[in-house]
Amino acid sequence: MTDRIADIWGTRTPHEKDTPWPVRVDSHLDSSVTEQDVDRWVQSACVLCSNGCGCDIAVKDGRMVGVRGRATDTVNHGRLGPKGLYGSWQWNRTDRLTRPLVRDAGGNLVETDWDTAMDRIVERSRQLLATDAGALSHGFYTSGQLFLEEYYTLGVIGKAGLGTPHMDGNTRLCTATAAAAMKESFGSDGQPGSYSDIEATDAVFLYGHNMAETQTVLWMRILDRVHGPTPPRIVAVDPRTTPVAEAARATGGVHLAPLPGTNQALMNALVREVIHHGWLDEEYIAAHTLGFDELRSTVGPYTPEHAAEICRVPADDIRRAAEIFGTSERVLSTVLQGFYQSHQATAASCAVNNLHLLRGLLGRPGCGILQMNGQPTAQNNRECGADGDLPAFRNWDNPDHVRELAELWNVDPLTIPHWSPPTHALQIWRYCEQGSIGLLWIAGTNPAVSMPDLPRIRRILQQDSLFTVVQDGFLTETARYADVVLPAALWGEKQGTFTNVDRTVHLSDQAIEPPGEARSDLDIWLDYARRMDFRDRDGAPLVKWSDPEGAFEAWKECTRGRLVDYTGLSYDKLRGGTGIPWPVNEEAPEGTERLYSDAQFATHPDVCETYGHDLLTGGALSEQEYRALRPDGRAFLKAAAYVPPPEGPGEEYPFVLSTGRTVYHFHTRTKTGRSRSLRRAAPGVWVELSAGDAARLAVGEGDVVRVESRRGAMQGPVRIGRGRDGVVFVPFHYGYWDQPGTDGAAPGDAPRAANELTLTEWDPVSKQPMFKTAAVKVTKIADATGPSPAPTTAASAPADPTGVPPTVGGPEADVREQPYAAEPPQPARQPEDSGEQPGSGGATTSATGPKD
Amino acid sequence: MHLATYVGLQHTASRTLAGSFRQVADGHADEPDVHSLCHTLARMCDAHVERLAPVAERYGEQHEEEPERLHADGLSDTRSGGVGLLRDLQDLYTLASFVDITWTVLGQAAQGTRDHGLLDVVESCKTDTQRQLKWLDTRIKQAAPQALIASAR
Repeated sequence: MTDRIADIWGTRTPHEKDTPWPVRVDSHLDSSVTEQDVDRWVQSACVLCSNGCGCDIAVKDGRMVGVRGRATDTVNHGRLGPKGLYGSWQWNRTDRLTRPLVRDAGGNLVETDWDTAMDRIVERSRQLLATDAGALSHGFYTSGQLFLEEYYTLGVIGKAGLGTPHMDGNTRLCTATAAAAMKESFGSDGQPGSYSDIEATDAVFLYGHNMAETQTVLWMRILDRVHGPTPPRIVAVDPRTTPVAEAARATGGVHLAPLPGTNQALMNALVREVIHHGWLDEEYIAAHTLGFDELRSTVGPYTPEHAAEICRVPADDIRRAAEIFGTSERVLSTVLQGFYQSHQATAASCAVNNLHLLRGLLGRPGCGILQMNGQPTAQNNRECGADGDLPAFRNWDNPDHVRELAELWNVDPLTIPHWSPPTHALQIWRYCEQGSIGLLWIAGTNPAVSMPDLPRIRRILQQDSLFTVVQDGFLTETARYADVVLPAALWGEKQGTFTNVDRTVHLSDQAIEPPGEARSDLDIWLDYARRMDFRDRDGAPLVKWSDPEGAFEAWKECTRGRLVDYTGLSYDKLRGGTGIPWPVNEEAPEGTERLYSDAQFATHPDVCETYGHDLLTGGALSEQEYRALRPDGRAFLKAAAYVPPPEGPGEEYPFVLSTGRTVYHFHTRTKTGRSRSLRRAAPGVWVELSAGDAARLAVGEGDVVRVESRRGAMQGPVRIGRGRDGVVFVPFHYGYWDQPGTDGAAPGDAPRAANELTLTEWDPVSKQPMFKTAAVKVTKIADATGPSPAPTTAASAPADPTGVPPTVGGPEADVREQPYAAEPPQPARQPEDSGEQPGSGGATTSATGPKD
Repeated sequence: MHLATYVGLQHTASRTLAGSFRQVADGHADEPDVHSLCHTLARMCDAHVERLAPVAERYGEQHEEEPERLHADGLSDTRSGGVGLLRDLQDLYTLASFVDITWTVLGQAAQGTRDHGLLDVVESCKTDTQRQLKWLDTRIKQAAPQALIASAR
């Protein structure tokens, strides 16, 4: 038995390059049951990070009692991480919402029946639709944690029923830049790489990606290479000394710790070095890319010395990192929030794509790009049109794409809001603030803790002009501000599919009944559509399905012929073995491990998802300008000069605040905060300072400090950590639902949410907010009563471990690990994979080519 | 030679555009993207002013005796609300268009006089101005439906 609180990544199963990753089956059951007691195992995949690990849910007497990794799944080969093991079902039978709530005459939330709650929503909805504003009065703010079927159904309701452009998810906060960077570089969303690239690679670059904590199972996959013969070199770009940074040192790689807000300067220097030394695949560049000359001239001034001055990192480290990129035979890059939630997010993420394009390192084993997601089903929000984009990566600026959808849904094309850019989340909130959106429907997310500048978000939620519907499993901070609260069924209590970072689609079957009167998000929206009586052009009901499988079949039709082709999938095909990466169709019946192995990108004007943007301003290119470039299957090398962040440190606010996730919690802890093991491992907020900054401020481990920005303040005990000077780190998980002395929604005397401090500011292309560049000041307010509650096991480990007890789980955290329990599963391979090699200039037909 | 007049005109117009971007940035500080991008674009205009300075010196910058005949007015104030933002962005668009076509005029004259220095300035600055116009166009398209159909003010 292993304590996977203390030992996050568990037992190593090292192996050599180009050999399969061994299986290790991890399982954890409620202490009251043994494997023999389990009535049945129900197939699913974990939803507590974006990795998408296949798992089976243990059911006993109609309740979830455990979880076990699926040995047959290509994503995890049987493994699960601490959040999956200790947090996936433990919230079951806690303080769940079981009945709808509405406001009574006194303004209190009181229990009611579904008819009353839904009628209130429908009444308000109809009232607003009858005003001049029409559908522009409706906004939807959803999640990265619903199922594909739910997003697609909501997408159809919003886009073809109501006709509102105001739909987005908290995916805007976690993954919008991944999508934007792929659209700008490759013409469409769609992950080029595969997790299996880890087995074949010679170097792994992790850009702003503390994978060891955010995707623990993917990190196990890297660790098993690192601990084997012929390990890859690791390069980490992170202001903190994360386990990834430690691995970089151990493997002869590099740890670059740029000052937050300077990523683009660093990237320009890396690109410059690679070009300067001629580490290029010139044939690939000539045949398959556009924009080399502009890229070369843009990065020209970024010598390692110049970038070193901006980023405050040693110039030789930049040289060394570029050399590793330029001279390793195969390189895998991963990118996450350190880039996505920063200034110039899309530009810096496109620069990662550029590095791979310059060397032709794409579409073959070991040469992947993983533009990561933060959430388990974020990909589906992007695919299905519940965020700003049109379903199946269609281009809202392309009239033919809009017509295709109008035909599929049998509605007037003008109903589909394509006459202006889709409204991104922060703009939706701005319209709420200004009063032009009068109904905001929030599902599966908790903006009263997760949005930037919380004092402002709380003000907006309390505005009389705004009617708020909150759909959730628990009475979250946000739900406490709602006009109507709808109790939602959660994972294990409903059926549906979802897609992970490397395009792998999983089916999650229903294991148990939802509590009380709770319903799936799908059923709630189907009910809304029925009550609103949305019709198509022939007077038939707009939404023609009534269950998850029906929604999935409808979605398949929507994807036919697109890059994101699901037509070869079915619920039955997804049962029994492994998840399957799209596209899955007649040409690739078993799925597709890597995109762009033929170097034909989705940039043809008739197929692309966007005509592209200026990375500095977000100004959109017109169709004519785009056509004139004649991209026609070539990828874009997009360039941007570095510009300073909107809010840098100064005299009054001398530190840069970086917020982030930590290994034991997910988001605002609605699930993980209800798991005893996880709660004990990271019970409260902390403020992480570098040893140098702590000394200058004369604060010690555990001393309580107040952190203030121009927007608000929070406080917490100090962890003297191992980050770079000038940077303060605060985990973003902690809100108020479980904080004594508050109303469960707003801070009392001791605010602790990181987002009290953050600023409302976003990347011009992806519109992802900047959670990593707020200027703050730090003041000591009380002496320590003990060490801070920060975990010791990962990036927040103390600089000096003396007197800080190690984080452990104890006997109740026992996990059974079975290394080598089965033969490793085979990844999806296509017959043609052995043929055409990129760089040879050949063109094979694919779903990304022109239609005709 | 009227080229000197036009160099002076553009020098002033770039300054005016910079000032107007700043005016809109600060007048609409509640729109974070407008605030930060207008400041960035104002700095871009400052750079144009700087690049034009040696040219103006060379030609002996001549200001028209009747300035109102050629001069482009900047924004004197900003408006409020959704429609106000839209109108202010439109004013910036008009002003930036004036600067854009003035680059064209200068470019033509620079070719006529075989002034490579001026031609270089015009080519790189015009790209920036078109970038500004592209952003304004994108932002105006985004703001228009909500401002005209749904906004209370």
